[in-house]
Amino acid sequence: MASTGMYMGVLAQQFQWNIVWQFLFKPAIVQGVIITVVLAVLAQITGTVIGLLIYLLRRTILRPVADFYIWIFRGTPLLVQLLFLTNIFPYLGLTRALNSSTIFNDLGFQYIPLSAFLGAFLAFSFNEGAYMAEIMRAGIDAIDPGQMEAAKSLGMSYGLSMRRVILPQAARVIIPPLGNEFNSMLKTTSLASAFGVLELYNAGAGIGQSLFQPLELAVDLSIWYLLMTTLWGFVQSYLERRFNASTTDGMTNTTFLDRILGRGNKSPSPTKETTAEAAISGGRR
Amino acid sequence: MEQQQLSNATRMVDARDVHKFFNQTEVLRGVSLSVARGEVVVIIGPSGSGKTTFLRCLNHLEKIQRGTITIDGENIGYRQVNGKLVEDQEASIAKVRAQIGMVFQRFNLFPHMTALQNIIEAPIHVLGLSQAEAEASARALLAKVGLDHKADAYPNKLSGGQQQRVAIARALAMNPKLMLFDEATSALDPELVGEVLKVMKQLAEEGMTMVVVTHEMGFAREVADRVVVMDQGQIIEQAPPAQLFNDPQQERTRTFLGMVARAN
Repeated sequence: MASTGMYMGVLAQQFQWNIVWQFLFKPAIVQGVIITVVLAVLAQITGTVIGLLIYLLRRTILRPVADFYIWIFRGTPLLVQLLFLTNIFPYLGLTRALNSSTIFNDLGFQYIPLSAFLGAFLAFSFNEGAYMAEIMRAGIDAIDPGQMEAAKSLGMSYGLSMRRVILPQAARVIIPPLGNEFNSMLKTTSLASAFGVLELYNAGAGIGQSLFQPLELAVDLSIWYLLMTTLWGFVQSYLERRFNASTTDGMTNTTFLDRILGRGNKSPSPTKETTAEAAISGGRR
Repeated sequence: MEQQQLSNATRMVDARDVHKFFNQTEVLRGVSLSVARGEVVVIIGPSGSGKTTFLRCLNHLEKIQRGTITIDGENIGYRQVNGKLVEDQEASIAKVRAQIGMVFQRFNLFPHMTALQNIIEAPIHVLGLSQAEAEASARALLAKVGLDHKADAYPNKLSGGQQQRVAIARALAMNPKLMLFDEATSALDPELVGEVLKVMKQLAEEGMTMVVVTHEMGFAREVADRVVVMDQGQIIEQAPPAQLFNDPQQERTRTFLGMVARAN
């Protein structure tokens, strides 16, 4: 019996759940989770800002610049953009300065070359900006032009009108696709593993290879990625509800519990007539 | 032309030879109109006559290709440079606009703000009023339009007539020299028209300078100091309402008034 078991062991490796649990919370993995989240959040925020700037640029005389940007970043693979931006620093003479940084060690993390982290951050941000520009356009253009005219007629500048009147309303349209982008971003950061960034995939895959237990670590990675995307799903649906409420009905007397339980606001539901009025005043759904 | 006799001091609006094209189509073909301080001018005319476009030119929501428009002596939208029209910087356009109130056919209230927030938005962020000052005058304006009890209501909880009255209060909160009304009652159910016209009439009685584009002939007859008839991008006739409605000089005016009378 014992010899059969050993024979089988050579041919077919057994999946070991205890390895899964043993490595799920190892510091190297947890560090990977933190790097992944930090990278994704920073890149998504920056990408969203870039997207807005590109949208605004497209409405000026510099439109060709914006179109060129979008052409480049939507027309080449993200992996190529990563290759370019993680390797650009030697050409700028910045590698030594960047990589002598001990920022990750100071935080108690394993060493990651800052050039790799920064390059990956830039690549994800720039790439995301090209896609967010389109999402911004869809969101902002969905707002009734009468809103901008009303703001202007009150003496508000374009910037002020955007900030106070248009963007808060556009947020309702922008947030669902923005949420999907971030869900995707959380997973896409794994591409940075190919360029020396010790994010979650890199950490997990590395351990899996050195232990010859890749499947167990793949399960660990799946658990972590699922956890992140699922938690984000809750945040996203909360945000969607919140912006839906504040632009169509107003957030009247809504408690925090109401919000997380999705009960919305307590004001009476609008009558047929007022719904029609809302449609006229620009409160489209 | 009696309009030419208005002195600069009493003239609130002075539009001269305004031309406006949409692509190749000339929608305003040399419109000149002066409005005296405190005067109520009602513009009527068939749809497509250019009356709404002209009104929108007065606060530069529409660009013009030729002519000049001054509001209280200030150019709006353009400077004359070597005889050519050059569009102004956005900031200086905004500055003139802040002195002109406009009420739109579709209200255009900000749906993510309450009635009160709609009214205090520009006074706070454009005029630099404090929250307390702005709220105090906003509540007074809401009371004036009979909606003090709706301060915290969002626009979609208000009827069309209520929304339009909030929109009027929002424009008045900027303490404008001039009010423009662009078919302010056309999107309303018939039973709600009266409450808006009442507010507009009250405003006229208080001496507000008003340019009103409307299909409400009763309002024109009762409130206007002067009625202006536009057709095909031109002013074809203007006169005090009694004269214009009882004894129109132009054939096209008679045709238009006849059509309106039949429709009613």
